[in-house]
Amino acid sequence: MRWLLLKDLRILRRSPLLVALLVLYPIVLALLIGFALSRGPDKPRIAIYNAIPAGERTVDVAGEAVNADEYLPQLRRSVRLTFADSRAEALRLVREGKVLAAIVLPGDLARQLASGRSQPTLEIAYNGEDAAKQAYVESVIEANLADANAALSRRYQRITADYIDLLLEGGELSFLGREIPILGLRNAERIVRGAIAALDDDPGTRAALEQVARFARMAIDNLDVSTQVLRSVGTPIRARTTIIDGRKTPLDAYAVAVAATISLMFLALLLASGLLSLEREEHTFARLVRGLVSPLGLLVAKLGLAALCAVATTVAMVVGLAVAFVELDLARFPLWLAALAAGGVAFAALGVALGAVAREVRAASLLAFVLALPVAFLALVPSGAVSAGLYDVVSVVSAAFPFKPTLRAVDTVLTDNGRALLLPLAHLAALAVAYASLARLALRRF
Amino acid sequence: MAPVTTGAAPALAVSGLAKRYGARVALRDVSFAAAPGERVAIIGPNGAGKTTLLSILAGIQPPDAGRITRAPHEIGWVPQQAAVYGRLTVAENLRLFARLQRLPDPDAAVARMLEQTGLQDRADDLVGALSGGNRQRVNIAIGLLPSPPVLLLDEPSASLDPRQRARMWAFVGDLVADGTTVVFSTHDVQEAERCADRLLVLADGELLFTGTPRELEAAVGWGAADGDGRGGDFEAAFVRFLHERGH
Repeated sequence: MRWLLLKDLRILRRSPLLVALLVLYPIVLALLIGFALSRGPDKPRIAIYNAIPAGERTVDVAGEAVNADEYLPQLRRSVRLTFADSRAEALRLVREGKVLAAIVLPGDLARQLASGRSQPTLEIAYNGEDAAKQAYVESVIEANLADANAALSRRYQRITADYIDLLLEGGELSFLGREIPILGLRNAERIVRGAIAALDDDPGTRAALEQVARFARMAIDNLDVSTQVLRSVGTPIRARTTIIDGRKTPLDAYAVAVAATISLMFLALLLASGLLSLEREEHTFARLVRGLVSPLGLLVAKLGLAALCAVATTVAMVVGLAVAFVELDLARFPLWLAALAAGGVAFAALGVALGAVAREVRAASLLAFVLALPVAFLALVPSGAVSAGLYDVVSVVSAAFPFKPTLRAVDTVLTDNGRALLLPLAHLAALAVAYASLARLALRRF
Repeated sequence: MAPVTTGAAPALAVSGLAKRYGARVALRDVSFAAAPGERVAIIGPNGAGKTTLLSILAGIQPPDAGRITRAPHEIGWVPQQAAVYGRLTVAENLRLFARLQRLPDPDAAVARMLEQTGLQDRADDLVGALSGGNRQRVNIAIGLLPSPPVLLLDEPSASLDPRQRARMWAFVGDLVADGTTVVFSTHDVQEAERCADRLLVLADGELLFTGTPRELEAAVGWGAADGDGRGGDFEAAFVRFLHERGH
């Protein structure tokens, strides 16, 4: 068997283009898919035209100066801004596709905000060239508008709460450049109660003052509560998240797990199926099995070499990613090896089964691609994304192929202590035996 | 048909071989023997069972019945399609199979085969780059690596031009002179007449005739047409032979 392995390695070495494609293609594909999962969309480009005259950009909101430009840094966190010199230019940028949407701030926006009597309206323009893009643009705009409204509303709430405190405790109110002393309800109640105590012989006036004191007390009690209500209005409902099943996997580590599994899958499948079917194409199979090598020995040789090459390449890729891009615990390397080796053997077993069935290198490679890609995509479908019945079907199909258990095993070892590793390893072992048996049966008519 | 014996112990003896593929009978009670240094040609129409017989003799598939006096590892086999690795050199192909056959000195066996087949100059060439004739020589060389007493050739000249064919048969003649028994199948009955000492005629899995080409001509009533004993059109005699027996 050693000579068969060396022979296959020599053949691979003499096919540099094939080897380069075999190694580079799945790695590039895997990295693209893996990191596409961990990267959100780039910030959309939005044009903005500010028609508010320069001298009116600072608005007096309940005695506080509010400048709309204060909100630009917040907006820039989620979009890339392009400033237009006119409304026509902003709309032109949208029409030409240079920006996703345009926001036009009308010239009377500041005055409307300051008056508080009418609701200011922004103009938003975008291309509705397709429903998906339209929905995306609308969600971006609504999200940013909601953020801006929330920021303003928080400002209003804080100012109102300050006024209520002033009413309760007293102090000084700034108005048109003057400082006006405010007594405050608590002080007023105290003064009235003092006056009541001093009016022993005037029951009528005492009774009237008692009413004032009670009113003051009622106002103090209710206004105290209302400041708390005001503060909670800004965030009426909070959410606390709890992860029930699985682990909180950093998205980049999961991307590495996906990339590693895809690379391992393509390398092992294509090598194993190709190496076995090559024996038939070269007409050497019969020569080998007429006493030189047993059919099972031949299968083990092909499976072993394919798994070895696939695991070695994938390990190198994962180590490279861990060193250069993603924080992974290199101390778990033995577990990485165990998970990748189990996956590699299972994929290679499927590969020799495909090679034995296809009996020709090109057909085997095509079969490997046609089978591998849809199965991989199915395995990446999260529960909840489709109906329960369909997810059950997807789960059954995924369980029959090594992709999902390999992904589970690799994800476990990249982010956990390997506690949940035994089950996927057992699953992979069972699949390896099943596919190798299928390959052995198919060799009878090879 | 009873096996032909020549006094010396046969190099290969086959008795009662049978093989079926489902309802189809591929071989039916085939028995023959081949002496050391004898060239035996297996001829017959398409589907006669020639390749099936050779593959059973080579040990590629088991018979359903019958006995063969030689084990597969004692028989060299040269398949019709050259069973060689195109991405390996001539020497690498030979060395691989020498090692797989566990020969005591693989390098010496490789050197011997390169000399015997005249491929020394092409030892480091990739087999995929060789002509059809040279690929067939490598194919034969691999079959001869263990120096088997019996060599099976399945349509050995099918992909060769006349000059290559002549060289190949000259090479086979040298093997036979050294005592190797060669059993080969061919569609070319005239090649069988020229190159074989004895013929086996198969049709529909049945062994219809075993004997020399002259004996086959005599079996259809054709005598010698000229002084050296060679008959007229051997191919016509063969066709007539089959026709008279309902094939």
